[in-house]
Amino acid sequence: MKKWLAILLLVPSFAFAAGSNYPNDHADIDLNDQESLQRGAQTFMNYCLGCHQMQYQRYQRTFQDIGVSDELGDKYLRFTGEKVSDYITSTMPAEASATWFGAPPPDLTLVARVRGADWIYTYMRTFYVDESKPFGVNNLTFPDVGMPHVLEGLQGTPRLTYETRMVDGEMTERYVGLRNDGNGKLTTDEYDQTILDLVNFLEYSGEPSRLQSEKIGKGVLIFICIFFVFAYLLKKDYWKDVKK
Amino acid sequence: MNAFLNWIEERIPMMRVANMHAIQYPAAKNMNFWYVFGFLATIVLVNQIITGIWLTMNFEPSAERAFASVEYIMREVDYGWLIRYMHSTGASAFFVVVYLHMFRGMMYGSYQKPRELLWVFGMLIYLALMAEAFMGYVLPWGQMSYWGAQVIVSLFSAIPVIGPDLVEWIQGDYVISGATLNRFFALHVIALPLVIVILVFLHIIALHEVGSNNPDGVNIKHKKGSLAEEDKTVYKIHEYFTDKYDIVDDVVPFFPHIVLKDLVAFSVFLFVFCYIMFFMPEMGGYFLEHPNFEVANPYKTPEHIFPVWYFTPYYAILKAVPDKLMGVLTMFGAIAVLFALPWVDRGKVRSWRYRCGLHKVNLLVFAAVFVFLGYLGGTPQEDWKIDASRVATIMYFGFFVLLWIYSGKEKTKPVPERIVL
Repeated sequence: MKKWLAILLLVPSFAFAAGSNYPNDHADIDLNDQESLQRGAQTFMNYCLGCHQMQYQRYQRTFQDIGVSDELGDKYLRFTGEKVSDYITSTMPAEASATWFGAPPPDLTLVARVRGADWIYTYMRTFYVDESKPFGVNNLTFPDVGMPHVLEGLQGTPRLTYETRMVDGEMTERYVGLRNDGNGKLTTDEYDQTILDLVNFLEYSGEPSRLQSEKIGKGVLIFICIFFVFAYLLKKDYWKDVKK
Repeated sequence: MNAFLNWIEERIPMMRVANMHAIQYPAAKNMNFWYVFGFLATIVLVNQIITGIWLTMNFEPSAERAFASVEYIMREVDYGWLIRYMHSTGASAFFVVVYLHMFRGMMYGSYQKPRELLWVFGMLIYLALMAEAFMGYVLPWGQMSYWGAQVIVSLFSAIPVIGPDLVEWIQGDYVISGATLNRFFALHVIALPLVIVILVFLHIIALHEVGSNNPDGVNIKHKKGSLAEEDKTVYKIHEYFTDKYDIVDDVVPFFPHIVLKDLVAFSVFLFVFCYIMFFMPEMGGYFLEHPNFEVANPYKTPEHIFPVWYFTPYYAILKAVPDKLMGVLTMFGAIAVLFALPWVDRGKVRSWRYRCGLHKVNLLVFAAVFVFLGYLGGTPQEDWKIDASRVATIMYFGFFVLLWIYSGKEKTKPVPERIVL
């Protein structure tokens, strides 16, 4: 009885628990771009799979869909010693990871359907140094997230930057954005592209049937249009004798 | 061939039924597009049953495997994604056509004498459909499945004395768990579909007994011997009807005339249905809610808990009342009062075309309030929405109070004798 009330009463407050209203950048992804999907898969397998899984998706199906042969896939995308017909699982034990991170890292198969592509694209680009946090980083899109900035080596060390300006005769600090130390392997544009590819791959994994669905869908809609014409003409013919 | 058909006919009345209920069934010739939603609801029901059968072939109703088995269907079963989307889009489409079907009944007074029981059967279908949809939504075992079930099942704890025990009995456990999922599966795939199919059968039998209404609310069946020969219909109508009534010359046979009209509407419906299903099956998070792509987690409450869009008007009514028991009673009252509509409305004229202006306004406001309640119940809580949902709840019930008052002594327009297209 109390539980019920608690749920109803808590519902509004959870809205604030999620916190950030940081505006999402648009992720201009293209599921037809197989090279982008391949690069995204590579980033995923190298950087994400250590902790996160893609447990509803198999290697072989993924290779087929993104246009990679099993041999190439084995060389560049499959490192965990599982069979090519296996699901893409992580070797990190879930219980231990719950202790390390506070909660087991979520499965990423469907993350694009839960969060949306734009959100992930923004999230992966809004980490910043915050020494008060366990991993030394925080995130503008997902405040207090329990995840280290895994791609710092690529992006460089991102910091919140402020500028000091004279406003109404007083010196005030104003937040101007994120800037990184330039110590990453990639330039900002290259990093953004890497994330875009990764997001594209996650969008694919969320719904591998998307492209097939749209292809069949077009045919079906055309068929229905033709069917409509015949149905309409037949109806008209039968109704022409009905007295007004 | 004829001998064979006769042999069958003597043993089971196949042609007799086909004639009585379709080929020689009289329907008013002025039925407009509002009259296609019953037909469409039947089509969607068949779709749900067939796709449902195929889904059960690979779905595993356990807390451990339910979510994964849905993803298995989506990824590894041949055209599994299509079957699943047909079913999930079909669920929402069912409510779209049923709501329009009900509104049609309200516009043209299709619940009035002698169609009261027809309306009651329809309401029973609606009630069974809500239970069916709710339990179906729990099966994929996503976050919204779990937390939605949590909210709805715990409503029953509001019942005095037996409430908490009742909740435990429904859940089959102290909390929503695999046991709950299992029994909801049983009810969703066997018990409720059976109930719905039987009710639909009764709904149609009752309809064909009293006859279909029409946008003018004009009678097409007249007392035997009251019509001149030239006023009687030129079409062959089944003796079941002509033995009891004179059928006026404003009808067409259900088959092929009405069926062909339905077929045109069906292709339009199918276009919209397929567009959503193939290109945007989530329908922006309304048909498939985003948090439901995350497996159920009893330790993690979602940011917002919403039922699916077709329940949100009632959810808003529930939240509008501060007291828990009163809230639940008000919510169920909102459905119960619809059952009573044939007796709340004391009017003698059926169609809103010939009823007083107040009635038209009242009905349109009611429809708008219902949609507005849906908006309130389906969007994140804000302060102003609590007051708004209270006002809207009062207006929802106000429709019935007003209707009862003015329908007693209503100034109506003259209803035409015959149907004019």
